[in-house]
Amino acid sequence: MPELDIIDLSMRFDLPNGTSVQALQDVSLSLKEGELVSVLGPSGCGKTTLLNIVAGFLAPTSGRVELNGHVVKGPDAERGMVFQKGALFEWMNVRENVDFGPRMKGMPLAERNKISDHLLEVVGLQDFKDKAVYELSGGMQQRVALARCLANEPDVILMDEPLGALDALTREKMQGLVLKLWKETGKTIILITHSVEEALLLGERLIVMAPRPGRIHKQYNLPFAERGVNADLRDVKKSEGFAETRDEILTMIWEMEEEIMGRTEQAS
Amino acid sequence: MIVLLFYVGLFGGAFLIVNLLRKGLESRQDFTSLKTVTFGDESAVRADRVASFISVLVIFVIWGAFTGSKLLPIHVPGPFVGDTQFTYTLEHPDGSTDEATVFVRVPPFGEDAEAFDVDPGDGFAKDDGFGAPSGRSSTFIFDKNDETSRKDGAKIVAINGTPIGPDARVDVGDGTVSLTDKGAITFTPAQGLQMNPIWLPAPETVVARFFEIATEGYQNFSLWEHLGWSLFRVFAGFVTGALIGIPLGYAMGLSGWFRGWFDPIVEFMRPVPPLALIPLVIIWFGIWETGKIVLLFLAALWIMTIAARAGVSGVNISKIHAAYSLGASKWQIMRHVIVPNSLPEIFTGARVAMGVCWGTVVAAELVAAQKGAGMMIIAASKFQLTDIVIMGIVLIGIIGYGIDILMRMAENWLVPWKGRS
Repeated sequence: MPELDIIDLSMRFDLPNGTSVQALQDVSLSLKEGELVSVLGPSGCGKTTLLNIVAGFLAPTSGRVELNGHVVKGPDAERGMVFQKGALFEWMNVRENVDFGPRMKGMPLAERNKISDHLLEVVGLQDFKDKAVYELSGGMQQRVALARCLANEPDVILMDEPLGALDALTREKMQGLVLKLWKETGKTIILITHSVEEALLLGERLIVMAPRPGRIHKQYNLPFAERGVNADLRDVKKSEGFAETRDEILTMIWEMEEEIMGRTEQAS
Repeated sequence: MIVLLFYVGLFGGAFLIVNLLRKGLESRQDFTSLKTVTFGDESAVRADRVASFISVLVIFVIWGAFTGSKLLPIHVPGPFVGDTQFTYTLEHPDGSTDEATVFVRVPPFGEDAEAFDVDPGDGFAKDDGFGAPSGRSSTFIFDKNDETSRKDGAKIVAINGTPIGPDARVDVGDGTVSLTDKGAITFTPAQGLQMNPIWLPAPETVVARFFEIATEGYQNFSLWEHLGWSLFRVFAGFVTGALIGIPLGYAMGLSGWFRGWFDPIVEFMRPVPPLALIPLVIIWFGIWETGKIVLLFLAALWIMTIAARAGVSGVNISKIHAAYSLGASKWQIMRHVIVPNSLPEIFTGARVAMGVCWGTVVAAELVAAQKGAGMMIIAASKFQLTDIVIMGIVLIGIIGYGIDILMRMAENWLVPWKGRS
């Protein structure tokens, strides 16, 4: 039984100058429980809009999102979100950030501590429990964000370029961590990224979106995420089919970008 | 003008001397000292603490030197004190002239000048003894003992042999001489470069006055009552302003209706200086405590409102989205995200508001008060007690500075994440 259903989603933004932008047009997508889907596309293809609708921060102009059979109407603890940066609470230390969700639900302290102790160990921050979050490096902050999201036991995790602000080396390490967490927790994950490599490495399924209007252009079923669990991601990148798929998708996105440029030039 | 030249000279001199001394023992090896590009790199510019120290010292040295302070060995020339003399030439109506000498005695500042007797000498103009008060001009009736007076048509034609008319001045070395409309002599002792104590008393006078007032009080209230009342008014006004302003700012940051409703009021009232409200506040609330606290309340209110509004508007939308996705309710988001997130802005506003309130309370007390720091200096100025005025200004400055330091310490302690997200 599919858990998350995105059904005929369309989103139109009306601009103040009278024109409108079709951010999404008839996007449909189903995620099975425990599936990791990565979403890729040139800028302006509506990936973030799609994620915001699934999270419940935006209401679509038509279509709907269903989770476990009920329609998504607003943000809820069943759909956790990991942001690129700036979403941690600086006035709380690492542990307080991680157990924010359980705390808001009124879970007793002992239970909360058990959860945060466990998760901080999973993400490798057991020695930083009482640190202020602004004292941590960017990679550590994203570990806190992942732990905070997991502490709330969501059914679906939505990641909006969670590793986008990290340097290349930290990013590689964090990709391994995301795969590990996904396999250990069995969560359904939608991951939005700008990086073709990251989309290939982490996605069981890869959605390539096209802009104007934002729509699903192509889907791939990929073996690399499965290969990457408990393996060196650099070996996965060298494994069979990776380079070919990457080049194919890069060419596709390049063509889309050039088409946009051409259209802009024609218009002007 | 001369004071300014002195100041610039001491600034440049200290800079050269300190740098020469430093070159001899240059051994600092921190990161900044290794930077080769320092001109234009703001981060390489640190306040030189030696300069700060000398700066304060220079102010006191100049103050002391120009007021004849006993704490300093060197002074600029002071006003003339002691004995001097000049001659005047009196012309008789028949055309003959005679010279007479005026012996002048200038007592130290503050003492009474007394006339004294001298040998009158010969001729129809007689010598005189004249006591001239220090630091100001005084007119001297020279012809009381002369055989021919101005009534008879005699008049002065020269001082020390220099011809003099109604508008001329003659420098006699230790002072200047001019004639009044009626032909009498006006003598002004040389002022020197030192300040008259009525303009600027010596530092030790101010310190002595501080101890005197600290023990005896001033105008029926002790010094601590004066300062305490000023502080109390500031805190009362600031606290009420914050209590109303912060929730109002939150409401404006969270609700379109509130923002629309209060925007014109806040934006209109914000640029009105609190001092401009003093007359209206006095008319409405009287000149006593209520009026002052209302004034300070108004001074703090808009600043705190705008600070709280900016604090709410400045929250990163990701934080709000994250909190909703973690299952927080609106109230929990208010309590755990919006309020803490706005604290740095509110603290900045509070610092500004405290500064404005402190300035406003002094000004309000200048207008009307029975007690308070501002009342103390305005009352003293009416009696030309410049030492109390200066003492009051210094205390007001110290307290204002102290308040800001305390606020900054509280800020570092309560919102350590400020500017670090």
